[in-house]
Amino acid sequence: MRSVSIIGAGITKFGEHWERSFRELVVEAGIKALQDAGIEGKQIQALYGGCMASGMFIGQEHIGALIADQLGLNPIPSTRVEAACASGGVALRNAYLAVASGAYDIVAVGGVEKMTEVSTTIATQALGGAGDEETELFFGATFPALYALMARRHMEEYGTTEDQLAMVSVKNHKNACLNPYAQFQKEISVEDVLNSGYVASPLKLLDCSPITDGAAALILCETNLARKICERPVEVVASAQASDSLALANRKSLTELRATKIAAREIYEKTGLKPKDISFAEVHDCFTIAEILAIEDLGFFEKGYGGKATEKGLTALNSEISINPSGGLKGKGHPVGATGVAQAVEAYLQLRGAAGKRQVKDASFGLTHNVGGSGATVVIHVFKAIEGKR
Amino acid sequence: MSNYALPLIWRKFPERYNLLGNKCTNCGRSYFPSRKICPNCRRKGHLIEEVMPKEGKIISFTKVFSAPEGFEEEVPYFLAIIELINGVRLLAQIVDNEDHKVLIGAKVKMVFRKISEKDEESPIAYGYKFKIVE
Repeated sequence: MRSVSIIGAGITKFGEHWERSFRELVVEAGIKALQDAGIEGKQIQALYGGCMASGMFIGQEHIGALIADQLGLNPIPSTRVEAACASGGVALRNAYLAVASGAYDIVAVGGVEKMTEVSTTIATQALGGAGDEETELFFGATFPALYALMARRHMEEYGTTEDQLAMVSVKNHKNACLNPYAQFQKEISVEDVLNSGYVASPLKLLDCSPITDGAAALILCETNLARKICERPVEVVASAQASDSLALANRKSLTELRATKIAAREIYEKTGLKPKDISFAEVHDCFTIAEILAIEDLGFFEKGYGGKATEKGLTALNSEISINPSGGLKGKGHPVGATGVAQAVEAYLQLRGAAGKRQVKDASFGLTHNVGGSGATVVIHVFKAIEGKR
Repeated sequence: MSNYALPLIWRKFPERYNLLGNKCTNCGRSYFPSRKICPNCRRKGHLIEEVMPKEGKIISFTKVFSAPEGFEEEVPYFLAIIELINGVRLLAQIVDNEDHKVLIGAKVKMVFRKISEKDEESPIAYGYKFKIVE
């Protein structure tokens, strides 16, 4: 397997883009990534696009070909990747494998979702498809409800509190205020979260990531070539992915994502890194409890200590480990198919020292953690900056 | 899905009306819903029909305030992960109880109820819910 690096990244503002279409968003991110990499479109040999539910959100399938066409990249092979909310991360992994294998030298990765064209009811249904239709959605389960079941159990087993859950949201909103691409640019308090009304107890509205439009893109390149054409490539040090049962009830534990633990173990074994070697992590905080589970399952904190660690400020920007410096899914927004790619865009910016006011000091290794459904797909990547052309 | 086609509902009658699952005679594990192969033994496994017990306990629960289509009139309602007495877990609504009795560890038993009704034209779906046993 060959080493692979990111040589360019692009992202749109995340938010409610009433005036802009799916196509405009994905083209904007793609063009920005190409400009950032300083290469021509004709140098791209293949394209991988993450998108979860365009059929339900905009009535459009066949997104792979659509993106290539809209970017003027025909006739290169262009493939849509779907893994629910992990679509972007899995698209990145497939692009990474395509370059690592030697099949291509330069490929583009896109992630996009346009979620505001439909009512909240339809959006809820589209997202619900990430769960088990026959045993969860059929019986009235929503995504907040599935994560609420995990939250309640975590509170029961480890004494995690609703205040601690709220603190995840407060921190991520605070970080988002430092990120010009983030959907929310307003700090919130623990009281705001606690008073925001139950969606599915114990989760309240401000424990949930929002409905978002947005796109993100990356250019991947074989590392020897990357060193010749890019001043500061960011190497994909490792990639791992794991699967678990679609239905939450079929898992042994409700207080961990087994797929996260398995993929994380593979990452640490492959790289020889330990959790404490990671400077920052973009983790999948689709709900506040999800961030608490993630920081435990990734080994940053002991199982059961995620809530307390958050309360003590150990996950704040430039503390023990900066968790979700971008604002995460909660603060930056969660255009589901774009999220996994956007996490890697953040890692790229952070490791190049280009993250502005939210810059993590002395960042060496950055980790991204992207989850599909209630934990049925997990994909993790680790990145570091390397020397390029002078 | 917004509108269930009739075969999709009809096909699930044995599972949703009677908790019909299956069991692998090779490893002894029970499955609900039933599976085509035992994920533990794969092709070495041998699955036979097994009706699940109708009693269990609550492992976790949530009160849902924001409902998907077809459940608007039920709001708020309780959903729980239930562990049946044979160890198999499933997700179901908890009904017919005062709120303060819905707790982790509470004993429950299956009841047969209407699950959802999307609109006048679509078929009404029935299936299992659970209630607390005093």
